[in-house]
Amino acid sequence: MSEKNIKAELILENGMKFSGRAFGYIKETVGEVVFNTGMTGYEELLTDPSYCGQIVVMTYPLVGNYGINLDDMESDGPKLRGFVVREKCDFPSNFRCEMDLDDFLRQNKITGIEGVDTRAITRTIRNVGTMKGIITLRGADLTESQIKRKFESLNNKNVIRDMTIKEKYEIPGSGKHIAFIDMGTKKGIIKGFVQKGCKLTVFPAFTSAEEILSVNPDAVFLSNGPGDPKDVPEIVDMVKQIVGKKPLIGVCMGNQLINLALGGNTKKMKFGHHGGNHPVKDLKTGRVYITSQNHEYVACDLPEDVEAAFVNINDDTIEGIRHKKLPIFSVQFHPEACPGPLDSGFLFDRFIEVIERGNENA
Amino acid sequence: MPKDNTIKKVLVIGSGPIVIGQAAEFDYSGTQAVEAIKSEGIEVVLVNSNPATIMTDRGMAHHTYIEPLTVDFVEKVIAKERPDSLIAGMGGQTGLNISCELYDKGILQKYGVRVIGTSIESIKEGEDRDSFKQLMERTNQPIVESEIVTNMEDGVAFAEKIGYPVIIRPAYTLGGTGGGIAENEDQLREILAQGLHLSRVGQVLIERSIKGWKEIEFEVMRDGAGNCITVCSMENVDPVGVHTGDSIVVAPAQTLADHEYQMLRKAAIDIIDSIKIEGGCNVQFALDPNSFNYAVIEINPRVSRSSALASKATGYPIAKVAAKIALGYRLDEIKNAVTKKTYACFEPTIDYVVCKIPKWPFDKFKTAKRNLGTKMMATGEVMAIGNSFESALLKGVRSLEIGQYTLERKYSHSKTLTELKKRVAVPDDERLFDLAELLRRGYRIDMVCEITGMDKFFVKKIKNIVDMEEELKQMTLDDLDEETLRRYKMAGFSDKGMADILGVKPPEIYKLRIKYNILPVYKMVDTCAGEFEAVTPYYYSTYDKEDEVVVSNNKKVIVIGSGPIRIGQGIEFDYCSVHSILALKRAGVETIIINNNPETVSTDFDTSDKLYFEPLTEEDVLNIVEKEKPDGLILQFGGQTAIKLAKFLREMNIPILGTKPEQIDAAEDREKFDAILEELDIKRPKGKAVWSLDEGLKAAAELGYPVLVRPSYVLGGQGMEITYNEVQITKYLEEAFAKDSKNPVLIDRYLLGREIEVDAICDGEDILIPGIMEHLERAGVHSGDSISIYPPQHISEEIKAQIVDETRRISVALKVIGMINIQFIDYHGELNIIEVNPRSSRTVPYISKVTGVPIIDIATKVMLGAKLKDMGYESGICKEPDKVCIKVPIFSTEKLPQVEVSLGPEMRSTGEILGVGKTLNRALYKGFVAAGIVVPRRNGTALVTIKPHDLEDFLPIAKKLDKLGYRFLATDGTAKFLEENGISGVKVVRKISEGVPNVLDTIRSGMVDLIINTPNKGNRAASDGFKIRRTAAECSIVLMTSLDTASALVDVMDSNITTETVDVIALEDIK
Repeated sequence: MSEKNIKAELILENGMKFSGRAFGYIKETVGEVVFNTGMTGYEELLTDPSYCGQIVVMTYPLVGNYGINLDDMESDGPKLRGFVVREKCDFPSNFRCEMDLDDFLRQNKITGIEGVDTRAITRTIRNVGTMKGIITLRGADLTESQIKRKFESLNNKNVIRDMTIKEKYEIPGSGKHIAFIDMGTKKGIIKGFVQKGCKLTVFPAFTSAEEILSVNPDAVFLSNGPGDPKDVPEIVDMVKQIVGKKPLIGVCMGNQLINLALGGNTKKMKFGHHGGNHPVKDLKTGRVYITSQNHEYVACDLPEDVEAAFVNINDDTIEGIRHKKLPIFSVQFHPEACPGPLDSGFLFDRFIEVIERGNENA
Repeated sequence: MPKDNTIKKVLVIGSGPIVIGQAAEFDYSGTQAVEAIKSEGIEVVLVNSNPATIMTDRGMAHHTYIEPLTVDFVEKVIAKERPDSLIAGMGGQTGLNISCELYDKGILQKYGVRVIGTSIESIKEGEDRDSFKQLMERTNQPIVESEIVTNMEDGVAFAEKIGYPVIIRPAYTLGGTGGGIAENEDQLREILAQGLHLSRVGQVLIERSIKGWKEIEFEVMRDGAGNCITVCSMENVDPVGVHTGDSIVVAPAQTLADHEYQMLRKAAIDIIDSIKIEGGCNVQFALDPNSFNYAVIEINPRVSRSSALASKATGYPIAKVAAKIALGYRLDEIKNAVTKKTYACFEPTIDYVVCKIPKWPFDKFKTAKRNLGTKMMATGEVMAIGNSFESALLKGVRSLEIGQYTLERKYSHSKTLTELKKRVAVPDDERLFDLAELLRRGYRIDMVCEITGMDKFFVKKIKNIVDMEEELKQMTLDDLDEETLRRYKMAGFSDKGMADILGVKPPEIYKLRIKYNILPVYKMVDTCAGEFEAVTPYYYSTYDKEDEVVVSNNKKVIVIGSGPIRIGQGIEFDYCSVHSILALKRAGVETIIINNNPETVSTDFDTSDKLYFEPLTEEDVLNIVEKEKPDGLILQFGGQTAIKLAKFLREMNIPILGTKPEQIDAAEDREKFDAILEELDIKRPKGKAVWSLDEGLKAAAELGYPVLVRPSYVLGGQGMEITYNEVQITKYLEEAFAKDSKNPVLIDRYLLGREIEVDAICDGEDILIPGIMEHLERAGVHSGDSISIYPPQHISEEIKAQIVDETRRISVALKVIGMINIQFIDYHGELNIIEVNPRSSRTVPYISKVTGVPIIDIATKVMLGAKLKDMGYESGICKEPDKVCIKVPIFSTEKLPQVEVSLGPEMRSTGEILGVGKTLNRALYKGFVAAGIVVPRRNGTALVTIKPHDLEDFLPIAKKLDKLGYRFLATDGTAKFLEENGISGVKVVRKISEGVPNVLDTIRSGMVDLIINTPNKGNRAASDGFKIRRTAAECSIVLMTSLDTASALVDVMDSNITTETVDVIALEDIK
């Protein structure tokens, strides 16, 4: 408990400093600072590989209230660089609670900082845009040039490589056979397909098109994953070779890669979408769904044969695309939820429909 | 789906008077709905019997009917106004029930009125017990299984099916006698046998026990296209079993993992989608803390108290959006009023903790059973926002105005551990403090959880506060270094709370804070946790890094609100606060409101230029004053809550608009005030403060009986009473001095005259009296509990002139700038003053509406320096209308077991209604109907028990009843008196002690149409009179406890007025 008083500081790229107390693993860390607006779901978020390379600020002030359980993890452990909360809970209460937040982070070597004005940080990021940040232990007294060097040293170009699996594996099933490209997938997506009876062959991210096609899947699925889609041209090339040969479906990073492969573009957003309250409109039906989102980049400049399938009604960003002729369909948000609302879970059915009947009803 | 252009004229039904369970939240939702509909260019017709509301203001709806909320009267309004649409869900359960009845009786169809928003069919699916069960089955939602059984074997079989433990509730036994919880078959057999035996009808309900489950609520919205969102989740700190209105509630839910949260959210959405809600809906769940099992407890397909709380907790205006949905809009077509950029189709996310604490009336109802259960008893609530649970809870506690600034309560100290344990096991209004004391004594957290069923999370948080209190006890002022003090402030401790523990004065903590620069910052409530830039100026304080308030250089005024709704300080004061804000806005002044009541219009972020949702204590108000540096504060409209701050603000040299604090003090201090009256040569009933029984007896003898006795400090715990002789006054004084010997008892001569009340505006020179109100009941009945008549019917021109003259002289002498309320007694043509309040009173909304004088607007302008003359108002009384308008008090006594129901010097009503008619009797008829008093038929039976002092006065009433063909039942003395005075055939009923059948059995038998009972002395729960009155209230038999009210009722009975023969009158037509 002596660790309670280890003072720490979050330093942002624009020079702002926020003092608080260190928790979890007590060590300096550097990452890209983003905020998440979810009021529940910190465990899923901590273990979501898409946060690799990032320091996440929780806007909800009380974090850790229900502790950590081993069932709700979205991968084998926390994947982010740092965790910023206003108040961590040392006395969690839930029938499934197996660990508390502090221990979980410490065991997994993730640095946390608490006792900071998280709303002020959020407003700063909202106004300035996503920035790099350092959680440093006070007393380290970093000089300006040291800070600068640390920021420069941050390199998130290889995050997909870090997060993907090493070896392909299979999940048996009697339904559609899906070649599942794991770029740091959340378990929830795999579960979503498994629940539909799909057979999955899960491939590492940097697998050749040839090898993927060699298992003769009914479709190729591109998962979520961390970082900038433009840092992985190899994957874009691979996707290009799939186009027209197999139906293509995707989520999040997958959505961006498909757009790039079809000749569209992606861009970095000011501060991204991270939370479970994003309204997305299905442009075909006009229905709006509340979705779980986690993206810093977004598909743009859609090529001629591609149309937007979903838009975010807050800021009109494209949240899903559909090929006008080919069975290609992907979404930017997370139909598997985990964490977040279950409203768009029907998309797993729609994926299968695309595989079976093309884009008519997608 | 844009706006439906076939909607041209909409009928909105309000919720009627404030009663327990239905309070200001429906003025808030109704006002939002009316404004939302109006803003679309649609005509609005409004019916609501409650004149104290903002929604019933002139100029709010196009056509306002302050008429009884019965199907007959609403039909009259429909027939007259011919609206094409009706919106059903804005007026609480009252509005919903009337809408359903109008539909069922074919009235809507007859006049071609369609229901917009959630349909009647959908409403019924949610409301009706059986169809709710079917709905839950259809949507695969678990409910708390229950079945009515009539024999042992069925009961055992059912329990086997649903699993133990089960709750056994025999039908029709009072207070649940014969019921219980069975953990196994043996216990069930035992309890069920007894239950079947005790139940009058041999029926017993067996229900799955969900004791200790968490209670979680969701506020959900759905539009006509099927888009659904959840606005807010809320978690009750008290587990299932305590009504959510009586629970401490936090938002958002704190102890649910995402898995559970999304499970319940989805269930809520599936349900409202299934019944096709178009608008808002509240869904209540019980969640097993040890599994994913849950049950849907109930749904409310309308706006509610919870939706008002959710709106204030998130900044999402549920009622406004619901109204727009009713007009045809989709959620994604409605702009988010907070960000002005995003749309209503999203889910608010919050970055703070909201804590709601109920405000209970037990300080007024000392004999009431304080145990909390499934029947709501709170009259109001406070809400507090903090960025930790601890700070939100502490802010909430000090907002309650119960003298608590920490969780440490003196009264709990004296209890033993065993006593505390026992008390904590049964929820009541004081449980929080007893629980804190239990933890303070080192009692284990997990055991507290086991006893109370409260989640460990909450208990630990309470323990955190207790630990900090204990830590502080070990310190002195010198130990409070910067870091420590900041830690306490961040945890939500108040200067006063800390000072009390340290044994110093609050200014010493304040000085330290200034020294270390520990000042609050203000954060915005913006619906989106800072993700989008917001424009709503809705703030709460924290001790954090960044301040978001932008302070302007404009001329600005802070209006202090009136806090939670309680007996004696209700919605009327919110009406006044809101109107003052509006007046200031019109005068080009920037407006700021501070208040802590989530039910109100004043805390709608659209009302003022800035809203600070903060406690109304000296420190919290001062902090805002120091931040904003306003040109002045207005205290006159916030009831005693605001007036209480006057002295402190004067000491801090903070400018107060209108009457100065020293003058307020002069009016409230008996001696100073007596001196002023003396000087002005104005009469008041003679009185004396006495310190002992002997002194008291002497004073009473000098003054002459009857005398009015009351403690000088109400805190002493004893109310006001009228005593008629030495025996009574001796008893009173003995009790009073036994409780509190340090303060005197005030004895006043009791003048049995006509009570008159005025609200006046004074600009320092001139006065304006919008109208003189006459009370139907004689002095001795609290003015808030009397029927008030305007224009006065029995007051001579001379007395009126004298009232104007005295009002002017007192107002000028007290240097009143703004509002003053004065109560007089006309005692045989001699005018006496009995009370002066240098502030706005509860009659202001009523008198403002019926006279058409915008009282608050004028008073506010006067406070800003305007002169009445310059505004074109002539000094004196305004012209009287050709209609009679009466205000009738409404009591919630059937909601409060064991509470005295008679009228007396202590206020007990929770709300009021208006009756308007061409004659007094017509107005009274409507007033009685609106108050739920069924005017008794002719040739009925009256039960009369009259105290000796009143018998002479009762005789004329008895004779009228006799003429109306009434048969009398009476207790011994009354019967004898009636017989002696020429009324024959009086049947004597037995007193309770005289065996069965006695007077109570007679009442319960249903043969009595009217009961007239004048109480001997109040608040004696053991007396026959008390039991008669309670039984009457519980059997819903018309009960009159004042002869004046009884006389008026008999006159109305005699006048042959019926609903068919009275017209509905629009407020606009009262001239």
